[in-house]
Amino acid sequence: MDASNALQLARAQFGLNIGFHILFPSITIGLAWLLVYFRARYALSGDAAWLATYKRWTKVFALTFAMGVVTGIVMSFQFGTNWPGYMNNVGNVAGPLLAYEVLTAFFLEATFLGVMLFGMNRVPGWVHMTSSVLVAFGTTLSAFWILALNSWMQTPAGWAWTPEGKLIAADWLAVIFNPSFPYRFVHMTLASGLTASFVVAGLSAWRLLKAPADGAAARTLRTGIVIAAVLAPLQVAVGDAHGLNTLEYQPAKIAAIEAIWKGGRGIPLELFAIPNPVTRHNDYAISIPKGASLILTHNPNGGIEGLDAFGDDAPPVAPVFFAFRIMVAFGFAMVALAWFGAWMTRRGAGAPRWLLWTFAGATFIGWGATLAGWIVTEIGRQPWLVSGLLLTEDAVGAISGAELGASLTGYVITYALMLLAYIVVLTHLAAEGDAGGES
Amino acid sequence: MSIDLPLVFTALMGLAILAYVVLDGYDLGVGMLMPAASDEEQKLMVASIGPFWDANETWLVLGIGLLLVAFPLAHGVILGALYLPVAAMLIGLMLRGVAFEFRVKALGWHRELWNWLFWFGSFVASLAQGFMLGRTITGYERGFGYWLFSLVVAGGLCGGYMLLGATWLILRTEGALQQKAVGWARWGLAWVALGVALVSLATPLASETVRMKWFDFPRTLGLMLLPVATVGCGVWVWRSLGRSDWKPFAGTVAIFVLSFAGLAYSLFPYLVIDRLTIWQAAADPSALSFVLYGAVVVVPLIAAYTAFSYRVFRGKARAGMYEH
Repeated sequence: MDASNALQLARAQFGLNIGFHILFPSITIGLAWLLVYFRARYALSGDAAWLATYKRWTKVFALTFAMGVVTGIVMSFQFGTNWPGYMNNVGNVAGPLLAYEVLTAFFLEATFLGVMLFGMNRVPGWVHMTSSVLVAFGTTLSAFWILALNSWMQTPAGWAWTPEGKLIAADWLAVIFNPSFPYRFVHMTLASGLTASFVVAGLSAWRLLKAPADGAAARTLRTGIVIAAVLAPLQVAVGDAHGLNTLEYQPAKIAAIEAIWKGGRGIPLELFAIPNPVTRHNDYAISIPKGASLILTHNPNGGIEGLDAFGDDAPPVAPVFFAFRIMVAFGFAMVALAWFGAWMTRRGAGAPRWLLWTFAGATFIGWGATLAGWIVTEIGRQPWLVSGLLLTEDAVGAISGAELGASLTGYVITYALMLLAYIVVLTHLAAEGDAGGES
Repeated sequence: MSIDLPLVFTALMGLAILAYVVLDGYDLGVGMLMPAASDEEQKLMVASIGPFWDANETWLVLGIGLLLVAFPLAHGVILGALYLPVAAMLIGLMLRGVAFEFRVKALGWHRELWNWLFWFGSFVASLAQGFMLGRTITGYERGFGYWLFSLVVAGGLCGGYMLLGATWLILRTEGALQQKAVGWARWGLAWVALGVALVSLATPLASETVRMKWFDFPRTLGLMLLPVATVGCGVWVWRSLGRSDWKPFAGTVAIFVLSFAGLAYSLFPYLVIDRLTIWQAAADPSALSFVLYGAVVVVPLIAAYTAFSYRVFRGKARAGMYEH
C-alpha cells in the first residue's frame, strides 16, 4: 500500500465521519433555540398545546443530539489517529481551542440536557426554562469554538514561531477572531437555523398529511416556514460577504469555485461547465460575460486571479466548482420554497396537500446545502491542512491500509444503520399525535 | 517559582480519565447486565442512568482532549498504536449512545434490535477500553504474550464495570431488581478479584520498568499499602452486599481509585512506557497556560452543575423516568 493511497483512505475516512457528524449539529444548533421559543411560549401563556409542542420537538432534539454527540466523539479521536501530524505541528494553537469547546460547551449542554429531558417535574419552571436556554447556549458555544479552529486553519492569524521552530499562538484573540471566522460563524449558524426550520416544517407537514386537523402541527409548520423565509435571504447576503472575504484571503479557492483557469479582467461567470484539469479549460461552458468580475469585484471589468497564478498550490477544481453550484442551488431553492410557503399559509390559510408533500419532501434540504458548503470550503483549502503552514500530506499517519480498510468498513456499516434508524424513527415520531406520544 | 505545567496537566488528565472510568463505567456496566434482566427491569435500569450518561461520556472527550492539548507528541503515537481498539470502542459507544434513544422510540423488532445493540455496544466499548489499557501498560509491544495479557485486562475491566453497574443499581433501585443486583455484584466482585490479582502479578512480569518501581526495598513495604487497601475494600464490599444501599458502590469506587493509583504509579512519568515522558511530549507553555486559566474557572463550574444534576435526580429510579 503506497503512501498516496493511505492518504486517500485516511481522507475518505475522515471525510465520511465529519460529513456524517455535521448532519446532526446542523439541526441541533438551530432546533435548540426553537425549543427555547416553544418553552417560552408555554411559560408565558400556560397553554398546554405549547407544552405538547415543546415535548414533541424535544424528542426530535434528543434523538438528533445523541447522534451528534456519539459521532462527535469519533472526531475527537480521529484528529489523532488519522492526522497525527496535525497536533504535532499546530497542536499549540488547535489543542486549546478544542479544550475550550469541551470545557465550556460539552459538559454544559450534556448536563442540562439531562435536566431539560427528565427534570420537568423535578425542578421549578424557571430552572427548567434556564436549562433549555443553557442547552441552546452550549450548542452555539460549541459551534463558536470549532468554527474558530476551522477558520484559523483556513486563514491563520495570531501565530508565531518560537526560537526552537515550534508554532505557538502569539495573540489568542487574533487566533480566535481570525479573518474568516466572523463570516464562517454567522454563515454556519444561519445554515443551522435554516436546516432546523425546514426539518420542523417538513415533519409538521408530514404529520398534517396523516392528521389534517392537528392544529399544533399547522402552527409549527407555519413557524418553520416563517423562520426559513427570514433566514434564507439573510443567508444569501452573508454568503456573498463570505465569498468576498475568501477572495481576499484565499484567492485560489475562489479561482477553483468559479473555475477560472486564467486570470484577467472582465472574467465570465460559468453557470455550468465541466472543468477539464488536463486541458486547463472548461468544456460545455454556459457563461455570463463578465459575470464573475461583477459578482466578485462589483465591477464588470474588475481583475481576478486565475488558477494559473497559483501553480500546484491550488485545490482540485471540479469538486469545488460543482459543490459550490449545488450549495447555491439549494440555497435559492430554500428562499423560493420558504417565501412561497409563507405566502400560501398567510393569515392562517391551510396549506394544500401538494404543498405539504413539497415541504415533507424538503425536510432535509438543509443537509444538502450544508454538506455541499463544507465540501467547498474544505476541499477548497487543499493542498493545505492549515493554509500556508501545514500540507495535508504531511499530517497523515502511518496507519496500514488494512487497519484503515477494516475500520472504514465498520464505520460505514454503523453509520448506515444509524442514519436509517434515525430517519425511520423521525418520520414515525412525526406521524404520531401528541396524545399517543408516550414513546 | 514556576509551575510544572506538564505535571499539572498529567494530574488533570488522570483525573478526567478516572472520572470517566468510574462514571461511564457504571453506565457501561448496567448496559452489559441488561440481558440478565426482564423487560420491566430493563426499563428501570435505563432510567437509573438516563439523565447522566451523556455528561459521563464527556469525561472521555475531556481526557482525550487533554492528551491532545497537553501532549501532542504522545497523542499521535498512542492513538496510532491503538488504532483498531479505538475504532472498536468508538463504534461500541456510538451504538450504545443512540440505543438510549432508539430503544424507547423504535417499534416491534426494531426495539428488540436496539435493546440488543445497547448491550452489544456497552460490551464492545468496555472490552476495547480494557484492551487499550493492557496495550498501554505493556508499551504497545507486539507478541502473543502481550496480546494475551491485554485480553486478560479487557476481561478484568468488563468485570469491574459490571461490578460498578450492579452496585449502582443497588444504590438506585429497590425490590426484586435490587436483590438481583446483589447477586450480580457478588459475581462481579469475584471476577474483579481474579482480574486485579492477575493484572497485578502479570504487570511486573510484562514490564521491567514496572517491576523495578514496585520491587525496590524498602519502598516496597510502603507500596504494599495499596494492594492491602484494595483487598480491604473488596472485603468491605462483599460484607455490605445485601445490607447497605450505598456501601457496595462506594467500596467499588474505592477499588477503582486504588487500582488507578497503582497503574498511575507504574506508568509515571511515562506516557508511552520506556519511550516518552510527560515532559518530552508536552505542548508549549503558552498553550498549556492558556488552557489552565480557563480550566481553573470552568472546572469548578462543571463540578457545581454536575452536583446540581445529581441532586435533581437523587433517589430511586422509577418506571417511566426515561420516557421524555
